[in-house]
Amino acid sequence: MISIDNLSKQYGSSTVVDGVSMVIERNSISVIVGTSGSGKSTLLRMINRLVEPSSGRVLIDGTDTAGEPAHLLRRRIGYAIQGNGLFPHRTVAENIATVPRLLGWDDTRVRARVVQLLTVFQLDPGEFAEKFPHQLSGGQQQRVGVARALAAEPAVLLMDEPFGALDPIIRAKAQDDLLDIQRRFGTTIVLVTHDMDEAFRLGSRVAVMSRGHVLQYDRPAALITRPADPFVSQMTGMADRAMRLLSLTSAGEAAIPGASGGPAIAASASLRDALSELVWRGADSIAVVDGDGTPRGRLTVAAILAHGRPG
Amino acid sequence: MATSLARLHRIDPLGALVAAVGAAALLWLPFVLFKSNRILPGDAHSLMQVLPTSAALACQLSLILIALVALGIADARVRLAAALVGVIVVAAAVASAANLLTPAGNKVVRVAPGSGFWLLLVALGLMATDAITRLRPRPRPAVRVLMLALFVAVAGAALAHGSFDNLSVMREYAVNAGRFAHEARQHVWLALGSLAAAIVVALPLGILCHRVPQLRASVLGALNVIQTIPAIALYGILMAPLGALAAALPLAARLGIRGIGTAPAVLALFLYSLLPVVANTVAGLKRVSPAAVEAARGMGMTRWQILTGVELVLALPTILTGIRIVLVQNIGLVTVAALIGGGGLGVFVFQGIGQTAIDLVLLGAIPTVALAFSAAVLLDALIDTINRTRQ
Repeated sequence: MISIDNLSKQYGSSTVVDGVSMVIERNSISVIVGTSGSGKSTLLRMINRLVEPSSGRVLIDGTDTAGEPAHLLRRRIGYAIQGNGLFPHRTVAENIATVPRLLGWDDTRVRARVVQLLTVFQLDPGEFAEKFPHQLSGGQQQRVGVARALAAEPAVLLMDEPFGALDPIIRAKAQDDLLDIQRRFGTTIVLVTHDMDEAFRLGSRVAVMSRGHVLQYDRPAALITRPADPFVSQMTGMADRAMRLLSLTSAGEAAIPGASGGPAIAASASLRDALSELVWRGADSIAVVDGDGTPRGRLTVAAILAHGRPG
Repeated sequence: MATSLARLHRIDPLGALVAAVGAAALLWLPFVLFKSNRILPGDAHSLMQVLPTSAALACQLSLILIALVALGIADARVRLAAALVGVIVVAAAVASAANLLTPAGNKVVRVAPGSGFWLLLVALGLMATDAITRLRPRPRPAVRVLMLALFVAVAGAALAHGSFDNLSVMREYAVNAGRFAHEARQHVWLALGSLAAAIVVALPLGILCHRVPQLRASVLGALNVIQTIPAIALYGILMAPLGALAAALPLAARLGIRGIGTAPAVLALFLYSLLPVVANTVAGLKRVSPAAVEAARGMGMTRWQILTGVELVLALPTILTGIRIVLVQNIGLVTVAALIGGGGLGVFVFQGIGQTAIDLVLLGAIPTVALAFSAAVLLDALIDTINRTRQ
């Protein structure tokens, strides 16, 4: 758990982050979203003290981060950035091994960890371990960047616009992978983005920042149904807020008992996808099945629409 | 008409220049000069005049064939091979001309290469370097070093064998052999010693200039001013303070620090070396990806670890480029150090000028050029090797 307590950062007379307090739950993804200049990156960088706070505290699992040398703190916290920042003169394996080496792991342990991470990130160790970053595609480089950030098994991972440089299709894949990774390792992730879709897709909680303040820190659905500030509504988008809300609920969660004809939809699909499918077919209801094909019930247009407004 | 135009279009422009220069050299300029002693002006002899007819014709025929290759064949490997064969032919011709013109046992007459020979060598050298730059794929660094080693070995073997012993430059060498080895060592020592001292100072200075941008302009400006002082003037400027230092501190004098000699030479070369190394260190560090440094910091590397493990390693090719500039520049500048008693191969150059013995000048100049050329090839190969692993 990360407790941010009245944290501020001033540069000269300008206040970039102004008295922010928030609690980031263990084992979750929290997303900080805001326009450029909102202070979101500075807030993130104060967690691992790449930026030293002007005032306030950051506690990780109850311990004040100011109490140890900054570089030792950073070795315990994963850090991934836009454009990945891989070392061009080191191989993929050496890049991933950076923090384990700094921590003095022995060779066997480092090698095993590198192989494990490459496998998790769907990069064949035999093929990729000895390659240099410039020999990889953008998506592969980004995966190596995240693998490197996770190498020393950090409990906390900070990500600063990690997918900003990727094209939309690869980005969607990278986002799905990140959700898998989070479930797999149970890492507490704090991610900064300016992309609201990304925030909604990844965040179990989303903090909306503007001019150094966190305007609202809440579940994605709550940002839409109970915005704390007009700026929050503006960020989440007024015109398609119903559709956004639908995209936050899965077909499995909303399924009602009963059966329906025609091809079924996966329980993991969102209500937005289910509705789109119904509109396309001109049908009134659709069957919902689990990944292994077990029926989970059905969805009707009315049942879907009920989820698309504040309840 | 159209086909002849098309054919004309295919003629290699550089090849045309090489062929024209070579032809002019062969037809109108003396291939060797025969002098009855070392300081008299010589009589000009053409290739046809000195070599037996059959040998002269064979020699000219091969040069014509090489000119045709230069004009019409695009394959860089063929062009390179032709140019190298040409160098061997011309060198063999000048060596046998010297042997034929020198009466047996006569140590007074001199046979010197003439302007025709030098111009042929320039034309062939131009053709060879052009062919090397055209080679695709580019020769690997190891291959280039190997080519240099082979060239040095062949030239060394020919010299050791005595093939050129009747040539005027080698006559001067025979007289000065003992001093030559000493001055050559001194030359290399001055060039490398001042470079090493410059690296020790310039690298930290460059890092400092990178970290403190306010310092950058003034430091680079000051070093730039030093760079604009001509070498002879700088030696002169250093004479007074070093002389005074030696007079005031007997210890300094005993260590060899005096107004003339090695001390001002090394100091001047050191000063000249600073700017390229500092400027390239700054440029190299500036080019390092900010994302890589940010990631390094974010992962908990210390400032020292980031500097030595990331920044300097990534800046290394650029820094080495600066060192290459300095080394080649120093090997040339050391020559001037002979004027203030610093020694080196320049000793022969200035003695030769004083005695109007051009052969003695060449004894200093040719090895200097060869040293600078070899240093450039070796450092380029090193830089290329590093760049190849990272692209």
